Amino acid sequence: MTEQLDQWPFVIACYAIGVAGTLAMVGWAWFAMRRAEKRRDMSREKK
Amino acid sequence: MHGFANPARFLRLARWLTPLCLLLGLALAAGALIYGLLFAPADRLMGDTVRILYIHVPAAWLGMGGWTTIAIASLVELVWRHPLANIAARAAAVPGAVFTAICLVTGSIWGRPTWGTWWVWDGRLTSMLVLLLLYCAYIALAGAAQRDMAAGSGGSRVTAIFGLVGAVNVPIINRSVVWWNSLHQPPSITMGKSAIDPAFLTPLLIATLGFSLLFGGVVLARMRMLLADIQAEARLRRKAQKAQMKAELSAGADWQ
Repeated sequence: MTEQLDQWPFVIACYAIGVAGTLAMVGWAWFAMRRAEKRRDMSREKK
Repeated sequence: MHGFANPARFLRLARWLTPLCLLLGLALAAGALIYGLLFAPADRLMGDTVRILYIHVPAAWLGMGGWTTIAIASLVELVWRHPLANIAARAAAVPGAVFTAICLVTGSIWGRPTWGTWWVWDGRLTSMLVLLLLYCAYIALAGAAQRDMAAGSGGSRVTAIFGLVGAVNVPIINRSVVWWNSLHQPPSITMGKSAIDPAFLTPLLIATLGFSLLFGGVVLARMRMLLADIQAEARLRRKAQKAQMKAELSAGADWQ
């Protein structure tokens, strides 16, 4: 007799990795953009 | 298309398009994933692991889509010298690599309860792993080319050629399940046809649209970041040159 694997831990692990990876990438891209644009604007203001 | 070659025009467009893509993408992807996780039916053969496909399949398509973007931008850069093409290619590399990594990890987790193994060295899985390694090499090469350009030597041509050559892997990934024996199932969605029941297909397409918008938003955000970095560095370099000239002139006046 073979015991069937509980599938839900696999499903939840995939969702956690997929969602966390995507959100981390979106947040990192957004804040890096804001930081770079702020740096550009500051370099424009400096005399 | 050449109308958008102007960075100022591109920035005007990207300023409102970036948050729009990100917010709409987040809403669609979140809606599709919540539906897929809680309300979509389980598959007769795969059971609940079918829910993994709402993340795995969009990630796989965007992994390949990312390199297709790099290849098209590289071609435009080499042929038409489009000023934004190099920036677009570099911007697409990181999200492409992230989605390829997500595809590989979620595919491996899906494989354990479905195939009984985490990994097999078959055509589809191996060519996808090669794509991730190509992304890593491209990101390293683009970084080195950027440093060379800032130092006044070299250029982005090598990176663009690498982007074009690496595109050979994309049709190999796509056709691998047809050309070679594989544990991976053959394509379920081909041009205009689908073997998937609408109960699974609808959330899958909405998830794909949502993740594609997120991919587009991240590419736009990274293009804005790269452009801002270039502009800030050019401005600081000009100021440093001016200050140096001024110092040299005043030193000359003191000497006289």
